[in-house]
Amino acid sequence: MKTQEGKRLYIGVDVGASRTKAVVMDAHKNLLGREVRPSGTDFGEASRRCLANALHMAGADESHIARTVSTGYGRKNVAYSDDTRTEIGCHAKGCYFYFPKAITIIDIGGQDNKIIKLDEAGRRLGFKMNRKCAAGTGAFLEEMSPRLDIPLEDMDRLARQSEDMVKLGSFCTVFSATEVLQNIRQGRKVADIVKGLFFSVIKRVSEMDSLSENVVMTGGVVAHNPFLVRMMEEIIGRSILVPDYPQLTGAVGAALYAIENSS
Amino acid sequence: MSEEKKVIIRRLNAAKDLGKFMADYYYELDAASKSGKQKIAWCTSVGPAEILRGMGYLIYFPETHSAMLGSTRMATDLIPKANAMGYSPEICSYLTADIGAFLENVTPLANIFKGIESIPRPDVLVYNTNQCRDVQDWFNWYAKRFNVPVVGIETYRNVPEVTPVHITSISRQMENIVQPLEDVAGRKLDMDEFKNAVALSRECSNLWDKCLAAAAARPSPLTFFDGTTLMGPAVVGRGTQKAIDVYQLLLEELNERVAAGEGAIEDERYRLYWDGMPVWGRLSMHSKLFAGLQANVIASTYCSSWIFSALDAGNPFESMARAYTELFIVRSDAYKEKYIQDKLAFFQCDGIIYHDAKTCPNNTNCRYGMAQRLEKTTGIPSLTIHGDLNDLRLLSDEQTKTNVEAFIEQLEENGKAA
Repeated sequence: MKTQEGKRLYIGVDVGASRTKAVVMDAHKNLLGREVRPSGTDFGEASRRCLANALHMAGADESHIARTVSTGYGRKNVAYSDDTRTEIGCHAKGCYFYFPKAITIIDIGGQDNKIIKLDEAGRRLGFKMNRKCAAGTGAFLEEMSPRLDIPLEDMDRLARQSEDMVKLGSFCTVFSATEVLQNIRQGRKVADIVKGLFFSVIKRVSEMDSLSENVVMTGGVVAHNPFLVRMMEEIIGRSILVPDYPQLTGAVGAALYAIENSS
Repeated sequence: MSEEKKVIIRRLNAAKDLGKFMADYYYELDAASKSGKQKIAWCTSVGPAEILRGMGYLIYFPETHSAMLGSTRMATDLIPKANAMGYSPEICSYLTADIGAFLENVTPLANIFKGIESIPRPDVLVYNTNQCRDVQDWFNWYAKRFNVPVVGIETYRNVPEVTPVHITSISRQMENIVQPLEDVAGRKLDMDEFKNAVALSRECSNLWDKCLAAAAARPSPLTFFDGTTLMGPAVVGRGTQKAIDVYQLLLEELNERVAAGEGAIEDERYRLYWDGMPVWGRLSMHSKLFAGLQANVIASTYCSSWIFSALDAGNPFESMARAYTELFIVRSDAYKEKYIQDKLAFFQCDGIIYHDAKTCPNNTNCRYGMAQRLEKTTGIPSLTIHGDLNDLRLLSDEQTKTNVEAFIEQLEENGKAA
């Protein structure tokens, strides 16, 4: 694409299993525009609409785009992308941009979790994704929300109200649902059950790998449920770093790759 | 990183000769099964084949049949048939797929080789638990089904060093199965034929070892994925001249490739080691996935499992006992770590892929911290992919793909390219 003189913009698009995210950055790595939409069933359309809204927020149009990098499960479905990178690489890149030191990243997404370890220079030391199971992901909370007959967006508020958390023992989402039903029958408070669900999420994630001194938490589940971060801090006994837009770090990382590879 | 990029994988001409070898092998078994003129023994893949050759048996290997059920993607539909009769979905999917196929009266042999309708009928079954204990149950089930004898060798596990005690025990067990095998064969063990089979096995093993070692060249003329099918004669043809003949052709071609600087994949940048079983139903997909990322999986524990350097025709029983106990799979974790460490150095690998095969704990080496220990010792990064040898319900292609791509990105960004 041709660019207008003086305005070269870099796009990062993260097409996740649940949500599509797009960011617009300039060559100085300033975040000028952003958008999050459901990925739905047409990843191409979701990424186009995300781009349009993010560009609108940045006061720009497609003619300003110098380079686009896409990531996430649907990264190959972004027709306007110049290159693709994995979400592991992009989350690492995005998080190191905000916290340039040795970090362990915990990303809780809609259908997968990641633990990524970086050294002080930002080099990736290793990574792990959840296995073929949705335990500890956003899908787990999405499954539980209708069972408890509460909107997904009310979970964070309810969890904060808990005074006597319910502990759930199962690895499996379906068996956890059975446990939840059992607790409802026993008259446990919904807030206590919701906090138990949150605890289950962070337990599953924290069991995936060891954590280094500096821990960063990202992902849509973290963005919409910041109480998860506080609970994780209690478990590990230290503060956790969270970027301004925890749901966007993958897209930010993709945009940073676009800037790096534009020359 | 684009998946649309055309992937170039150079096939070996010798693969055709190896294919003909396998066809001749199955037609000979089929003819014997139909005519009843020659006795057939079923044997585990690292069982005492040489003794059987010394009594004139033709040998059929159920594990190879199961690998074919996997590679033809028939296995996943057949495994539940065995599950329904009491075999857990969590045990060896070679066993469950093979018994499932038998119950359904289907075989990939019938689809691949015109005129073959079923697997050959056994006159006797012979197992060695050096691979795993599952083979014992597997073979005992067939023994009852066919109403034929089954004999076996119980191997030690977790062996740090092979000692005279191990050798004495295993060689005695081998000597003890001779009499029942002679009874079925209707003839005595011919020591000259037996020793000749041991000599031929050793020669076959040496050639296969050299073929695999050729992958140390840069670029490698061979991929692990080629190796998993090229190793057919090393499994089923041990103790025969024909297996030697095909490996001589393969070695010549590999040496020609090395001399010409021709790699099995185009622009090899990353050299990887594979530990664990292949995912048989995804051989082609995985082969293209790695090649598309300029990564060549050049060496493996699995393909090296049919190298028997201890075989000695002058001392057949004891050398077989040593050769079949020296195997990687039988050994302690400390031995295994050193073994993999040496392989990484010999093949100059940039990374390791561990396949955590759900139903094959014996061929899965990353469950007790070995990956982390080796990474610390060697500085060579690793990736674990979760899957299975035969049961495709146990893997997620998308997760595998993302993990592999992310691993290669990691090597790229950390400057690990060859």
